[in-house]
Amino acid sequence: MAAVLSGNDALRVPVIARPADDTSIEPRLDRIWETRKGLLGALSSVDHKTIGKRYLVTAFVFLLIGGLEAALMRAQLARPNQTLLSPEQYNQLFTMHGVTMIFLYALPVLSGFSNFLWPLMLGSRDMAFPRLNALSYWLFLFAGIFLYVSFPIGRAPDAGWFNYVPYSSLAYNPGINIDVYALGMVLLGLSTTVGSTNFVVTLIRTRAPGMSINRVPILVWGTLTASVGNLFAVPAVSLAFLMLWMDRRFGSHFFDVSGGGQPLLWQHLFWMFGHPWVYAIVLPAMGIVSDGLPTFCRRPLVGYTAVALATVTTMVLGFGVWVHHMFATGLPPISLSFFSAASFIIVIPSAVAVFAWIATMWTGRPQFTTPFLFFAGFVIVFVIGGVSGFMTAAVPVDTQLTDTYFVVAHLHYVLIGINVLPVAGGIHYWFPKFTGRLMNEKLGKWSFWIMFIGFNVGFFPMHIAGLLGMPRRIYTYPSGLGWDTVNMVITLGAYLFAFGVLLFAINVWRSLRHGERAGPNPWDAPSLEWATASPPPAYNFAVIPTVASRYPLWEDRLTGHEGRSSTGEGMLLDNGRETIGTSALDAVPDVILRMPGDSFAPLLLSLALAISFVGMLIHSWWLFGIAIACSTVAAVAWLWPEARLGQTMDIARGSR
Amino acid sequence: MTRANRGGVLVALGLAPVLGAAESPMSYLRTFGPAGDPATELGWGLGIVSILVMVVITVLVVAAIAKRRSPASSARELTVQRDEGGLSWIYIGVGVSTAVLIACAVWTMFTVAAVAMPAHAEDMTIRVTASQWWWNVRYENDDASQVFDAPNEIHIPVGRPVRVELSSTDVIHSWWIPQLAGKMDVIPGQTNVTWLQADKAGVYRGQCGEYCGAQHAHMAMYVVADPPRDYAAWAERQRAAASPGLQAALLRGQQTFVNNCGACHAVRGTAAGGILGPDLTHLKSRQTIAAGLLPNTPGNLSAWIANAQALKPGTRMPTMALSGSDLSAIVAYLDTLN
Repeated sequence: MAAVLSGNDALRVPVIARPADDTSIEPRLDRIWETRKGLLGALSSVDHKTIGKRYLVTAFVFLLIGGLEAALMRAQLARPNQTLLSPEQYNQLFTMHGVTMIFLYALPVLSGFSNFLWPLMLGSRDMAFPRLNALSYWLFLFAGIFLYVSFPIGRAPDAGWFNYVPYSSLAYNPGINIDVYALGMVLLGLSTTVGSTNFVVTLIRTRAPGMSINRVPILVWGTLTASVGNLFAVPAVSLAFLMLWMDRRFGSHFFDVSGGGQPLLWQHLFWMFGHPWVYAIVLPAMGIVSDGLPTFCRRPLVGYTAVALATVTTMVLGFGVWVHHMFATGLPPISLSFFSAASFIIVIPSAVAVFAWIATMWTGRPQFTTPFLFFAGFVIVFVIGGVSGFMTAAVPVDTQLTDTYFVVAHLHYVLIGINVLPVAGGIHYWFPKFTGRLMNEKLGKWSFWIMFIGFNVGFFPMHIAGLLGMPRRIYTYPSGLGWDTVNMVITLGAYLFAFGVLLFAINVWRSLRHGERAGPNPWDAPSLEWATASPPPAYNFAVIPTVASRYPLWEDRLTGHEGRSSTGEGMLLDNGRETIGTSALDAVPDVILRMPGDSFAPLLLSLALAISFVGMLIHSWWLFGIAIACSTVAAVAWLWPEARLGQTMDIARGSR
Repeated sequence: MTRANRGGVLVALGLAPVLGAAESPMSYLRTFGPAGDPATELGWGLGIVSILVMVVITVLVVAAIAKRRSPASSARELTVQRDEGGLSWIYIGVGVSTAVLIACAVWTMFTVAAVAMPAHAEDMTIRVTASQWWWNVRYENDDASQVFDAPNEIHIPVGRPVRVELSSTDVIHSWWIPQLAGKMDVIPGQTNVTWLQADKAGVYRGQCGEYCGAQHAHMAMYVVADPPRDYAAWAERQRAAASPGLQAALLRGQQTFVNNCGACHAVRGTAAGGILGPDLTHLKSRQTIAAGLLPNTPGNLSAWIANAQALKPGTRMPTMALSGSDLSAIVAYLDTLN
């Protein structure tokens, strides 16, 4: 074991301990890591498990809100010429449905999984920046509320989630609604940026000794890729929304034709963000499947390296395909051909993943559990969403398909199929880790079949509606265009799907109290998070695990590994909150990382920032000023030097 | 592949009841001109590839579960298999996928070239101006006196390519006549150019393809493809101003129209010269009113003028405060605009 330096100039070699032999260790760690009870504890906690669960619950609430919006729209569209909703109401509902599902559900729910699971999977005691983690959650929560502030007064954003100018400019959309969307997205962008930074550093710095980069679970690869992608993509959209807000409120003419601006500039900026974002909200979900499926197929994932590289490749290519959202905007054919070819090529890494999953099933022994059903169902739906995307890659075909229900079908196969199904499967899979109890299998299987059948009955016919020429975003349609039957089927299927989601929610609710109690590893799964108790203690691991393979908990059964991972004996770090810092590629320990304690600063900082955005929204510059001053105070309090967090590391580097 | 063969494939896939039943005027499963046909062929090709992929993968997943499923009794007493084999699945699957993808990409590039506008489309140009929520169409001509406007219902001669210049007065719209060609966005600040050609006489429905506000749902247009001789006759009639020589009873209607409607609508040959709304010079020659919303009958026209906001909430056409007699006078007058 490497000598490790920390603290105040003293070279310190971590004590190697066996918690099984010393019963005083766990109570001592508990005292160090436990968040205090009560409201104050809840508001100041920086425990990644608490934050992860908050992300999951908040995102699920937004999923239900977005689902209710969809239910209203489907009632309106069930038959032709209905007047259940006015055009204004419908347009706000479809906009908020998209905004909610894409921004407030799809990524946050995956951040929930990753926040909860990363340190457990990586054998660490917390994320690299626990307070930043709390900040990203609070900012997400406040941005979500902010985006809904104008909903109750009937002036919610109504220009669609991609909010094309000039329809979203002041001339055609006066009022507060588009400002809410613009500022809300900038605020949410802060949360995403902060969260992504934290994931990247956590991966590079806080893996357990021995967990080299080629041993991390695929979910980690997925979230890492998504985070790096977000760091490059989010600035484009934050900038675009800031420019739009300035156009609207200060007449800056970025997009305004009469002032020399360019409407297409908006589309470029939005989709430079928007397309990578789509990969950000599916790659971690694909990671959930790549990690979960092997557990239920009783064998390691086929082609780990290929799948990991395919994940990264998808995101890299994902930055080169944004123009396929703009095939009908009159760009020259040579440019369209390039982006068309890139859009075909990006299918290849997805094919790698699909065949890896199928090979894992064929060469394994699948167990018919609820999570397995969700994962296997996902593979089928993934392919349908993939091939419909492949059809839209062809420019001349896309000019027909774009902005029809075919695209609505495609994006729901992507977002529900590749996000919601793995998420539901992932919740079933990790529920014991989250709560200490298993979910009910019988109810789980019912909810799977109802969701799966309802989803396909509801969303597959949307392809047909699109091929019959039904445009998206219409609040009603006349009869006689051949769209009546198909819309009725879509509505019924969508309600069946919603019923399945409801059963899932009931199962979660019941299992929280009455679920069968689970041991540390109820599924006999291979990765590190299953080595600790269910639910894990505040400090995650009594001693830092040492990892010798990709599947630490299956090593006794998978021959051919040189070393043995160890979870029962390892570095005991108990001088305050500490975890081990390791090198980026090989995970060689090189420093003891002092971790900050619970703090109100993240909550206060995000609250002050959110209020400053309210000030900008209502043009109350004194409110804005006070809020910014408060956020500065909160930031100073946050960063105030604390002796116990002092780190020195020069000698340690030489001691590998 | 012939159309009959495609039908066979569809029957085999069980989709025929859905697709066959719907002779939708907006369906682009079948197109009627060279601006759309190569893309339709490609669309069918990619669609069939897609369906095959779906079927193959579904069969593989279901078969894997059926053949390899472990007995339920062993659920908690588990073995783990060594990481052996399986990679050939990835090599073969990805290899085949890549070959198919490259072939499809090449086919796409040829199709892009095939649907490009032919040079002789320059012979006939229409200039389409989209506004919330209707389409103005100007029939260009080198001789300025031959140029005329006729909104929402577009007439073209069968078998001739027509160049379409697109501009917008407000927000982004999208030009889309599915059975003739794919979409081209109509973007303020730039003029996009596309083309269409109908090889079969008939009426083709179109609709705005880009969300453009409250009444995006009701921004339709029709393309009427006439035999060349009929087209020439139609154009000749459209060029003419509204016929003068009205009876006294209708003159009052005309005056009421000019006073109340002339600020936005034009009727050539009268003092009504507004350009904010559609040109109504030959209103009665059109099949529909309000951009495809309603059949063009005196009853609908009357209801529309009396309360457009009830029929198309948000439309720029205001609700007119007209007495009953003024309204019927206007409708009676409009009924003469052949």
